[in-house]
Amino acid sequence: MSSMLSSALRNLPVSSAWAAGALARSLSCSSQFQAAVQPKTKKTLGKTGVKNVVVVEGVRIPFLQSGTTYADLMPHDLARAALQGLLTRTSVPRDVVDYIVYGTVIQEVKTSNVAREAALGAGFSDKTPAHTVTMACISSNQAMTTGVGMIAAGQCDVVVAGGVELMSDVPIRHSRKMRKTMLTLNRAKTLGQKLSLISKIRPDYFAPELPAVAEFSTSETMGHSADRLAAAFGVSRQEQDEYALRSHTLAKKAQDEGLLQDVVPFKVPGKDTVTKDNGIRPSSMEQMGKLKPAFVKPYGTVTAANSSFLTDGASAILIMSEEKALAMGYKPKAYLRDFVYVSQDPKDQLLLGPTYATPKVLERAGLSLSDIDVFEFHEAFAGQILANLKAMDSDWFAQNYMGRKSKVGAPSLDKFNTWGGSLSLGHPFGATGCRLVITAAHRLKKEGGQYGLVAACAAGGQGHAMIVELYPQ
Amino acid sequence: MEAVPSSSGVPRPGYACRNISTSSALQSRTHVSCDIKGDVAVVRFNTPNSKVNTLSKQLSAEFTDVMNEIWANEAVRSAVLISSKPGSFIAGADLNMLEACKTAQEVTQLSQDGQKMLEKIENSPKPVVAAISGSCLGGGLEVAIACHYRVATKDRKTVLGTPEVLLGLLPGAGGTQRLPKMVGLPAAFDMMLTGRNIRADRAKKMGLVDQLVEPLGPGLKTPEARTIEYLEEVAIGFARGLANKTVSAKRSRGLMQRLTDYAMALPFVRQQVYKTVESKVQKQTKGLYPAPLKIIEVVKTGLDQGNDAGYLTEAQSFGQLAVTKESKALMGLYRGQVHCKKNKFGTPQKEVKTLAVLGAGLMGAGIAQVSVDKGIKTLLKDTAQKGLDRGQQQVYKGLNSKVKKKSMTSFERDSILSNLMGQLDYKGFEKADMVIEAVFEDINVKHKVLKEVEAVIPAHCIFASNTSALPISQIAAASKRPEKDGPGFYTTRCLGPMLSEVVRVLQEGIDPKKVDAISTAFGFPVGAATLIDEVGVDVATHVAEDLGKAFGERFGGGSIDLFKLMVQKGFLGRKAGKGFYVYQEGVKNRSVNSGMDEILEKFRVPANPDVCSDEDIQMRLVTRFVNEAAMCLQEGILSSPVEGDIGAVFGLGFPPCLGGPFRFADSYGARQLVDKLRKYEAVYGSQFTPCQLLLDHASSPSKKFHQ
Repeated sequence: MSSMLSSALRNLPVSSAWAAGALARSLSCSSQFQAAVQPKTKKTLGKTGVKNVVVVEGVRIPFLQSGTTYADLMPHDLARAALQGLLTRTSVPRDVVDYIVYGTVIQEVKTSNVAREAALGAGFSDKTPAHTVTMACISSNQAMTTGVGMIAAGQCDVVVAGGVELMSDVPIRHSRKMRKTMLTLNRAKTLGQKLSLISKIRPDYFAPELPAVAEFSTSETMGHSADRLAAAFGVSRQEQDEYALRSHTLAKKAQDEGLLQDVVPFKVPGKDTVTKDNGIRPSSMEQMGKLKPAFVKPYGTVTAANSSFLTDGASAILIMSEEKALAMGYKPKAYLRDFVYVSQDPKDQLLLGPTYATPKVLERAGLSLSDIDVFEFHEAFAGQILANLKAMDSDWFAQNYMGRKSKVGAPSLDKFNTWGGSLSLGHPFGATGCRLVITAAHRLKKEGGQYGLVAACAAGGQGHAMIVELYPQ
Repeated sequence: MEAVPSSSGVPRPGYACRNISTSSALQSRTHVSCDIKGDVAVVRFNTPNSKVNTLSKQLSAEFTDVMNEIWANEAVRSAVLISSKPGSFIAGADLNMLEACKTAQEVTQLSQDGQKMLEKIENSPKPVVAAISGSCLGGGLEVAIACHYRVATKDRKTVLGTPEVLLGLLPGAGGTQRLPKMVGLPAAFDMMLTGRNIRADRAKKMGLVDQLVEPLGPGLKTPEARTIEYLEEVAIGFARGLANKTVSAKRSRGLMQRLTDYAMALPFVRQQVYKTVESKVQKQTKGLYPAPLKIIEVVKTGLDQGNDAGYLTEAQSFGQLAVTKESKALMGLYRGQVHCKKNKFGTPQKEVKTLAVLGAGLMGAGIAQVSVDKGIKTLLKDTAQKGLDRGQQQVYKGLNSKVKKKSMTSFERDSILSNLMGQLDYKGFEKADMVIEAVFEDINVKHKVLKEVEAVIPAHCIFASNTSALPISQIAAASKRPEKDGPGFYTTRCLGPMLSEVVRVLQEGIDPKKVDAISTAFGFPVGAATLIDEVGVDVATHVAEDLGKAFGERFGGGSIDLFKLMVQKGFLGRKAGKGFYVYQEGVKNRSVNSGMDEILEKFRVPANPDVCSDEDIQMRLVTRFVNEAAMCLQEGILSSPVEGDIGAVFGLGFPPCLGGPFRFADSYGARQLVDKLRKYEAVYGSQFTPCQLLLDHASSPSKKFHQ
């Protein structure tokens, strides 16, 4: 059935050679990777009167499919491991850290300020305040930019930002009726009152309440929205499968070549040390083609194989004012430059954040798309990425929906997520943003670029983009 | 069968000839075109110069041609039927075509032609898939259910239904025979007897459509254009699948459905269903509407005596119904509604972005709800917190009932409500583009608020009054700018004399239950005594007094003191729990208020047996109504009989089967009406004096309100 339908949708001109082409090109570049190429000389993006903020280092624990090795841990355990990894990697004196911000999406109710619990357990000073932010899939982007703001405003010099998500365990609640009864029970004084309350409990009170997988405002699941988005932009099943295959293939290659330097090992209590992401699985078009649509049944195009999977993971990044970093003898990796947050219709444009954010951040930085050497976009769904690329390349869309005169253009796939992305590396909601930034920094150094552009979509119809500039070598 | 005559569509030059033909033979077609996509033929409906597609003679003929070509073309293995118009699949048969028929036989012939065509589709060896976006009603639905598979867009514009009954007709192209098989007997009866629209998601649950397609957002084209393209792509996929046998048209039916089907297969269960449905219809229609009973009969014939008998009875009954006066009245109302929905005033000089409503009572809150619903920022002002709370709750409840019916999400409700400001002061009135007052019907109160409001509103702001009986000129007398006077109030004027007559009838010793029974038997949906309770006795008193002052003796009849005494005793009607009847929460069969006996006795007047038969009582109520309506037309309060009919039926509950006061005057005969009026005039005096316009019509029989 699905093959029959995808063939019906296959009337679109986008080349199926994308993945293959990009693959070949990145292979041919690999020899250049041996020696870091000197960056092209472009202007730097520093602004007078604004403090330069730099990334000193960023790490993450391996991203694992939920229900695997991290299954029995709690979110703060993962965040703790990432923070400890950062401390080990940088040897930053713990009392130097002025502030800690963490992003997370699905909160463990016991550790609602997971930043604080993780920091205390990771050996940071108990004098370092910490707070937790949430902004769906751009939560750790928000954590980083919160830190950037604090440093730029002169409130802090050293901030640790990060993100964590543990999809192996999510809070499942009693039903509202049951909760109400239980809370009233607390206040009941006499045995009679208690018994009368208990006698009112009915079987349906025991039905559990799962955390919402759907967008609250529209009641639509993200996968369903992604399928509609792909259809709206005429992205075929085959294109999506090809893009997903590309992501896995590139991630595998990056992993094999040891390019994923941000990964720090994590000794899980009672289990072996985890050293690698475990969701990278290059498959074949045939295998992927066999899958049934996961959301729009039976004729949709988004499947388990061309979507990002439920992931456990955590990341942490050390950001400082440039003077402070230099004074402490660090060699920063990159500047964090202009950034924007955007939001749009959560129903029909839920996942188009990058399309809206990219031209805006380029404008703020005074750059054009061709100035960007490295693109790191969050891959929620292959269909979402491809729809964004088509939207960015459409004058019609720019004029009718973005109020712009013309399109910003689609990034070249040669520069796009060449070390894999969320589809293959995994996507712990709250932690992905830091991975994008540090990967952009590492790729700039490796590939000899100067500017990286990080962009992501998020539930609620929001989006984010940031310019990362390589620190002069 | 619900259909808008093609003349009502908005002509859009350049939109009329978009049919892309694939062969030269198709060049001349204007309503139906065909694209061959691989092995699938895509048939597109597109009635020229119309917003909707209608099953006209031309469209049917071209459709038949195209289908014959598809059946003859060996390269084609399946077909998709789709509309080129995003908002309408097929909205029904062409009413002009039906009305052009002189005899029942002609209509029966039309029905039989349709039946034959759709039977061929049903028996087509090449699977046919209906891709439905927009209205799929009447004949349109019959086309869809003759297909082998249905894919529908899940949006608000997409509705399926058999509204024929609302036009006094029945589904005449095999619908009465196919529908019960498709959705089961109870659901089919419900659809055909109520004529209600069914949204796509509900249709899917009922088994009326097989697949849903969610509307798409913007992509590289407008959402509407891309969604219908996507619908076509998906439908083509299923058409191929059906031809390849990778898709089965068989639906998996739930346990309940299978049980129902099993039960309905038993003749004695069916008889029971017929009986129940029949008695329900009898009760609701009082035998005034022939169509529902015919529908039951036709379905029964098909199920009990087989397809051939079913189709024959369907076509014959369709023909018979189409020439009944009930059907003509209902069709007239339908056309009138379409006519009245058109905005004859043109675009407003200034768009109303902020609206203020004074008074959060039933009316005020109602106005606020329908305004805030349209995205207008609405200020709802009252003088007391309690009244304001009640009004705000009314708006919330109104919107929330849509959430419960799933026609709105809770998020949409909340975001609509964010535009409603409840307040006790005049804050924000300086930005109001329009103020509508819906305060108590008391001239002093109205004058007071008018003065207060004029002190705060900007110069361009329109002040409108929701008065029901106080003349607008009288209200405007207190205005700084009284020149802005408007037309009178037709509905109150028609209702006034009739209610006055109801009171006289009650005074003559007919009890409220009898009055209700007599009036509902004539076709009024709400009994006349109950109507007073619903309106509110205090309001009715005010209206009667004000109209009496303005128009004098013509509005007399029953004693206004009777009303006043009722108000004094607290018998204000339903809202007070007591009026002519006693109202109790949860009690369905309300009883007559025994407290009224004394009052009615006090105002008792002798009855003249010459004018007090049931029929005379009905005619006394109706002739006063019609006479006043005609007077409104004569005075130019109404601009046309159509508006008068629509206002009376939809605003006041004039019997729909009679089509409104003017259509009733035509069908009953102006001469006969005037005779009746004269008869009652002789007994009661000038309240029954026929107006000049009626007299003119009576003296020249060729004169009709509706040509």
